[in-house]
Amino acid sequence: MKKENDPGKPDAGHETAHQSRQKYGMVIDLDKCTGCGTCMVACAAENNVAVRADQTDKERTITWMNLYKITNGKKFPHTEVSYFPRPCMHCDHHPPCVSVCVASATKLDFNTGIVSQIYTRCIGCRYCQAACPYGARYFNWWDVFPQDKGMDRYLSPDVSPRMRGVVEKCTFCHHRLMRAKSQAYAEDRRELEEREYVTACTEACPVEAITFGDLNNPKHRVSQLIKHPYAFRLLERLGTEPKVYYLSSRDWVRKLADNFLPGEYEPVVNRTWAADEWSTKPGRDEF
Amino acid sequence: MDSPLLPYGVKRCTPGAFFLWTLPWLALLAWGGLAAVLCLWKGLNQTHMSNVFAFALWIVFDLAIIGLGAGAFFTGFLTYIVGRKELKSIINTAVVIGFICYSGAIAMLGIDIGQPIRGWFIFWHANIHSMLVEVSFCITCYLIVLTIEFVPLILENRQIRKVRELRLVGHNLHEIMAVFAATGTFLSFFHQGSLGGMFGVMYARPFAAREGFYIWPWTFFLFVLSAIACGPCFTILCTKLTEFLSRKKLVPDDAIQFLAKMSGWLLALYMVLKTFDYLGWIYGIVPRAGLTFMDFFNEGPYGVWIIVAEMVFCGFLPAIILLTPAGRKSQGWLIFASLLNCAGIVLNRFLFIIVTPAIPVMPFDRFRSYLPTWQEWGIGMAVVGYGFLVFSLAYRYLPMFPKETELNPLPVE
Repeated sequence: MKKENDPGKPDAGHETAHQSRQKYGMVIDLDKCTGCGTCMVACAAENNVAVRADQTDKERTITWMNLYKITNGKKFPHTEVSYFPRPCMHCDHHPPCVSVCVASATKLDFNTGIVSQIYTRCIGCRYCQAACPYGARYFNWWDVFPQDKGMDRYLSPDVSPRMRGVVEKCTFCHHRLMRAKSQAYAEDRRELEEREYVTACTEACPVEAITFGDLNNPKHRVSQLIKHPYAFRLLERLGTEPKVYYLSSRDWVRKLADNFLPGEYEPVVNRTWAADEWSTKPGRDEF
Repeated sequence: MDSPLLPYGVKRCTPGAFFLWTLPWLALLAWGGLAAVLCLWKGLNQTHMSNVFAFALWIVFDLAIIGLGAGAFFTGFLTYIVGRKELKSIINTAVVIGFICYSGAIAMLGIDIGQPIRGWFIFWHANIHSMLVEVSFCITCYLIVLTIEFVPLILENRQIRKVRELRLVGHNLHEIMAVFAATGTFLSFFHQGSLGGMFGVMYARPFAAREGFYIWPWTFFLFVLSAIACGPCFTILCTKLTEFLSRKKLVPDDAIQFLAKMSGWLLALYMVLKTFDYLGWIYGIVPRAGLTFMDFFNEGPYGVWIIVAEMVFCGFLPAIILLTPAGRKSQGWLIFASLLNCAGIVLNRFLFIIVTPAIPVMPFDRFRSYLPTWQEWGIGMAVVGYGFLVFSLAYRYLPMFPKETELNPLPVE
């Protein structure tokens, strides 16, 4: 009998079947990202992410969407800075966190590609946190929404707040997918339009650095963007197959996305399709 | 006052002295009890665990004491399955140590999980792909086996033996102990292994990840081997400490020497395989992840010295001492080698549990360090206190060392 949480082996005809399934993913253009943090705030507000009065202990705060500031390590005037928004990577096929979960509380949905977390089943052993190389999983060290303080009135009704002692993570705003599906169902549609389901961070980004959609759907922009020569994924060589892609025209940024032995990193050399000042060139988004 | 409860023909300290002896251990238990109440009531924010150090001091304690407690199943295997009769003089001690280690570990795990009330979900919603499920199932079952192995010893108490039914139960359990020894060996093999497997399968953590055979990473087999290499040494240490404190010989030398020799051979084998494991990791997994060995120790408090200490000072050195007849026959060297052997397994577990999360995987992330709070130490030390207390009670009231009367005949009055 196939277990509920068993990612298992792909069924017969998997390849063709998979193509008809959704595989939601994200492309974040690091050349556009200004590091404003709107994505973090939107994510926290949308998903009832716990915020405490004192957020200084960064190893215990919860930021489903976390923003890293990276630099090229050079001295002024050659210093360059980039910001690295990091949601859950929603790793494909064999996510490091899913197979280790002791109580089947996290699951990769092969129909959407979303790695979900069942809060009411999580026992808080934190093995998934230990296994995730991205630090994308967060434990609830405190009870954050005490009812007597009135904090519960600020909660989004679509997302259940988490209790103390469980692990939580970015869900690609899964409730938005549910809402969009319900709407489509009411309108007798089976397929969602491209912009019908996007995450809160995608919607909130003021410079539209984040693109969200179905990586399997050739009509969706993300499926084209991931073929871009400047597209890369975080820690790709570990084999986690993240569904979050990044774009950057800067070699040092791409190089910082993974570990490379000396001489291993190969810069993108075929730039004939775009000028060096690609990031500001008009029309680049039409690639 | 409690002399009717003491085994026949042995000498024990006065009840008052025994009470004083238990005070420090009761104090440790009280410290741990307070810490446990705080952690269960206020949550795990009472610790210094974090989203980076998801596993911390308690898991180090857990894995270390489970490794050290492996003397129980291995000595049971050698006594009842292999048929080494001389080990019958030490098997009770090994079982009591095993029981203490496993029950202590499970109690700690109960506090370590964020939702202790949901602990049974491990069995109800078991994810068969998780090594931790294998650990949980095997440890729970093995604790039941250890309890069954411990019961006949409890039933040998002088007063309990007076109840005919209980005496018969104890006697019959003794008769079928080989079945439980075999079951314990099977269960222990898998949970010691899956504790190692837990880390080896973390393929996205290059410091811990290992290749392996079929679904089992090499750490699976190495954890089994390291546990059976150090478990007997821990049994020897506990016996020697009891002998030192009670100022009498409790176990004949042949049993100690046999265990020491076995430990030496197993430790030597473990060291050879562990060397290959390190080499395979350094030249296989690490460069495939785009890293070099020294990248793991660029900064932070955890340096290469831990690996050197684990392999050289706590690995090869005790193995050589234990394999040398003169070395293991000398009381001082035997204790020194046993201490190093046990320290080695603790360092090995420390590397996997604490150093793994301290090393960032993302190149732009930074190294971390971790210091436990008094609550974490309290719960860890409570297990130590619990161990001393149960062991002392077992020594005082149960015939834990069957050869004690033979080796220490009471003067004829």
